[in-house]
Amino acid sequence: MLYRTAGQFKTSYKKDQALFPVRQDATLLALILGLAWIVFPFMASEFAFQTLLIPVLVYSLAALGLNILTGFAGQLSLGTGAFMGVGAYACYKMITIFPEMNLIVAVLLSGFFSSIVGVAFGLPSLRIKGFYLAIATLAAQFFLVWMFEKVGWLYNYSNTGAIQVPNIDMFGVAVAGPLASSVTKYYFVLFIVTVVTVVMINLTRGTQGRIWKATRDMDIAAELIGINLLKSKLTAFAVSSYVVGVSGALFVFLWRGAAEPNLFDISLSFRVLFIAIIGGLGSIMGNFLGAILIVALPVVLNILPELFGIEIASATVEHLNIMIIGSLIIFFLIIEPHGLARLWALIREKLIIWPFPH
Amino acid sequence: MEFLSKIFVDPFVDMVAYPDFFLQVLWEGLVSGILYSLIALGFVLIFRSSRIFNFAQGIMVVFAALTLVGLHEMGVPAWVSVALTLVVMFGLAFTIERVVLRPLVGQPDIILFMATIGITLFLIGFGELIFGGETKVMITEQLGIPTGRMRLDVFDGYISLEEKDLTAVAAAGTLVVGLLIFLNKTRMGRAIRALGDDHQAALSVGISLQTIWVLVWFVAGIIALVTGIAWGARANVSFALEIIAYKALPVLMLGGLESISGAIIGGLAIGLLEKLFELYWGQPLLGGNTETWFAYVLALIVLLFRPQGLFGEKIIERV
Repeated sequence: MLYRTAGQFKTSYKKDQALFPVRQDATLLALILGLAWIVFPFMASEFAFQTLLIPVLVYSLAALGLNILTGFAGQLSLGTGAFMGVGAYACYKMITIFPEMNLIVAVLLSGFFSSIVGVAFGLPSLRIKGFYLAIATLAAQFFLVWMFEKVGWLYNYSNTGAIQVPNIDMFGVAVAGPLASSVTKYYFVLFIVTVVTVVMINLTRGTQGRIWKATRDMDIAAELIGINLLKSKLTAFAVSSYVVGVSGALFVFLWRGAAEPNLFDISLSFRVLFIAIIGGLGSIMGNFLGAILIVALPVVLNILPELFGIEIASATVEHLNIMIIGSLIIFFLIIEPHGLARLWALIREKLIIWPFPH
Repeated sequence: MEFLSKIFVDPFVDMVAYPDFFLQVLWEGLVSGILYSLIALGFVLIFRSSRIFNFAQGIMVVFAALTLVGLHEMGVPAWVSVALTLVVMFGLAFTIERVVLRPLVGQPDIILFMATIGITLFLIGFGELIFGGETKVMITEQLGIPTGRMRLDVFDGYISLEEKDLTAVAAAGTLVVGLLIFLNKTRMGRAIRALGDDHQAALSVGISLQTIWVLVWFVAGIIALVTGIAWGARANVSFALEIIAYKALPVLMLGGLESISGAIIGGLAIGLLEKLFELYWGQPLLGGNTETWFAYVLALIVLLFRPQGLFGEKIIERV
């Protein structure tokens, strides 16, 4: 009864193409943004910031980047982890070379480096298709992680081979490094994620988004109606890697605090791919839903036995976690292969006609 | 000039100067190549019959080896535990078909691919839960596999062959021949190939999709067990072995996803070339450990010239 679209008439094309044609959607989003911007920062504990809120945002952004490539432009990628690494290392090099640099600028610039690498590894997509294309991104995945290990310049020849985030101030407030508080880190990540998401929503519903979708659905047909496949696929790689790179910089600078090369290995790529697929390919909101599920699941599974007073060895919990995550992935794929976003769309349709389904 | 000679001249000079070392490298490459081929074979069988890109093949290798060793540790005699492991692999094939594949028939490829990654995670958790997460030693001697070394004198030097590697090569050869006979001469094998050629036509002449899928996954399980024993005898048995699953991907791409001979040749080629590259170019010039990416870059370069792999079916696109 709350969710009624009746009576909301669109009297002009402009209104029809509006971002939120239905008033309730806009209200719901405002509510979520209000929660994220105002309520959570006051309510959340240190634990919640570090294990839930910041990771969810960072993973959502990474999945959003991957979704541009895989969900919108239809090019499978298994190298997301390495592209996140490129963003992180680029940001690290910029910050250590120019310590005065504003962190927002550094994070947003680091995406461009990842973008260049992404386009280079995306070039084969013009000839190689489907699962065979996975090899191009896998080559990127393994080659780049190897570079992070072997090229001393990237980690400033530190003994551990890892990168450490220094203390970074912005307008007199510590935003990254050991001194920064979780709340500032959270606001920083939230700001970037909000901005990038808004840009991506508009990009994917405009001309470029339609070009990508045409390429995804059938690239030969798209070429026949005059779409330049070279441009379409490479812009997809560039935009996707940009977003993934930015998320990688956030991943290290505002969440992990330090990173070793193997942090960016293939299991990170798969985690992001899970989020994108469970959330729903070709959906922006799905990334957030998927990230909430994948990030919160291990946390909940860790807390559950304690709640019921059952004593389980921590190793067993870890094994159970992997097992349950594996089964849940299969479970979600079976109940809704199109992801949580489609599930929400179904609920929405049901809500519109509830409580009189006929 | 000096730099160029380091790339183009020195390695070859080395090869000719120390032919015994060169042969040793070739042998090592051949052995790992054969194991890559075996994993890739499991992939190809499943891909041909169901168009599923089975990411779980590598984990099935580890799972089979772990079950074998785990059962033996519980006091089961070695050969009985081999038989029991086969039963477990059949149970696994049956369960996967029933629980995972049947509800997902007809979904896009990427969804099925994700489902096999789900299976991978499940098997990792399940295996560690039951048999423990610590590294195990393969029961090589109990299975009657010789563990000695052989010295072969060549070119004023010698190469040393491990007898378990020889056994692995022999076992792999037997398995491949057996598989080819099974696929070409038996009723079931022909049904598998028919399903690979044309799903609809195979269904219409009365081939049961479900039975064949269970069968194919079971055969992949047998291959996984053999690979697991061979690989476990070289390195220890733990889930760190899953890295070899990723190695099988470039092997497949290089050979072509549908081709059995492609899987074998691709595996051997990658095994040999990555060892040669690592020892003659990687370690002197690039700081080593190039084996992690060489196979992928090689496969990528080959695919640029042949997008369907060396022996894959030509991709015909229609609008």
